[in-house]
Amino acid sequence: MLNVGKIEEGFVLDHIEAGKSLSLYEHLQLDKLDCTVAIIKNAKSNKLGKKDILKVECDIDKLDLDVLAFLDHNITVNVIKNGEIVEKKDLVLPKMIKNVIKCHNPRCITSIEQELPHIFYLSEGGKDVYRCKYCEEKYSEHAKK
Amino acid sequence: MRHLMNPLDFTVEELDKLFDLAQDIEQNPAKYAHACAGKIMATCFYEPSTRTRLSFESAMTRLGGQVIGFSDAASSSAAKGESVSDTIRVISCYADICAMRHPKEGAPMVAAEKATIPVINAGDGGHQHPTQTLTDLLTIRSLSGDIKNFTIGLCGDLKFGRTVHSLINALVRYEGINFIFISPEELRIPDYITDMLKEKDIPFREVMSLENVMPELDFLYMTRVQKERFFNEEDYIRLKDFYILDTTKMALAKEDMLVLHPLPRVNEISVEVDNDPRAAYFKQAQYGVYVRMALILTLLNITVG
Repeated sequence: MLNVGKIEEGFVLDHIEAGKSLSLYEHLQLDKLDCTVAIIKNAKSNKLGKKDILKVECDIDKLDLDVLAFLDHNITVNVIKNGEIVEKKDLVLPKMIKNVIKCHNPRCITSIEQELPHIFYLSEGGKDVYRCKYCEEKYSEHAKK
Repeated sequence: MRHLMNPLDFTVEELDKLFDLAQDIEQNPAKYAHACAGKIMATCFYEPSTRTRLSFESAMTRLGGQVIGFSDAASSSAAKGESVSDTIRVISCYADICAMRHPKEGAPMVAAEKATIPVINAGDGGHQHPTQTLTDLLTIRSLSGDIKNFTIGLCGDLKFGRTVHSLINALVRYEGINFIFISPEELRIPDYITDMLKEKDIPFREVMSLENVMPELDFLYMTRVQKERFFNEEDYIRLKDFYILDTTKMALAKEDMLVLHPLPRVNEISVEVDNDPRAAYFKQAQYGVYVRMALILTLLNITVG
């Protein structure tokens, strides 16, 4: 059994679908932070059978976790201070997501203007539907990077 | 600085002001003949659209301004691989306002983000064509006095027709509008529009027979079945003649019903209908110039005393 120690301040992202932790690492841009990160893959889980866990030791204001709600709403976010869980964060779907998914509409301007960011907005009414900022095409699952 | 990307960019109150201005231009054209003297409009048309481009050029010229531009991508720097972002930065140095048509959806929005001059979306693929919607609204308001309490039948290609989708989205902001969607099964109005109407509790019906609903209509908005939207020539041939408005059908309509069409027409309105006083589609093209004149003045913040 592998043991990873406690963190003093930061986040523990629990109940990540097994195998998805590296993709979350990229989306949260953890490579750009100068902090300790533990990536635990295929840990035993009563709920999921297998799960991934990410432990991030950093200032708790440093990370924008909203994107997690879009990527995997089953993730549990534990906020750690002084080595203790002080909050279990509720994930709220972000109003805007940038460069997380790509617009796959061949008629969209993003298909030819290479430098354009892929920006999607949450539709009004909060129906979990995201639309491309430029062509308003609905996001579909196959478009996920 | 404001741009026009979507007909809903303007509130109903702002549209009222725009239409008041357009109607004043119609009644007093001489007053506006030099309003844009010294100003230049760039018409950047990455795909051909003679009607829309000439309407913009006519509008700017009637305001005393001048026009530069290109009418297809082959004669522009896009043929050399220049991005829309770069092109508009350069155009911003040459002109005071830009009307852009582009086959890629969202291209005018990219331009608006980089421009230092107002940008008007003159049509982006199958996405938006806001000045057509403004034209339709101004025509309705000018010919019937107001935009409220009427039944409008939208007929033809309701699936791919962006003018129809934009017009519905714009009309739902007004009171007492009743929609009748007339189309073959294959060209039915998309679900997201009927869902929106249900959500807002706006009355609508979907029917296949134009004849049956003619007596109910205050406006009939005809559309062309566009060949370019079909992958299959056979389907196009089968559906293109599904509805042809002729004098027999017109005889079933109210005496004051008005027929609108975004043009160009192919054969969906028989030429014999042109002489009927209820045929308003050529007047509609004239209102297109007035509304574009009003839009240019509004976006350039020019007021004429």
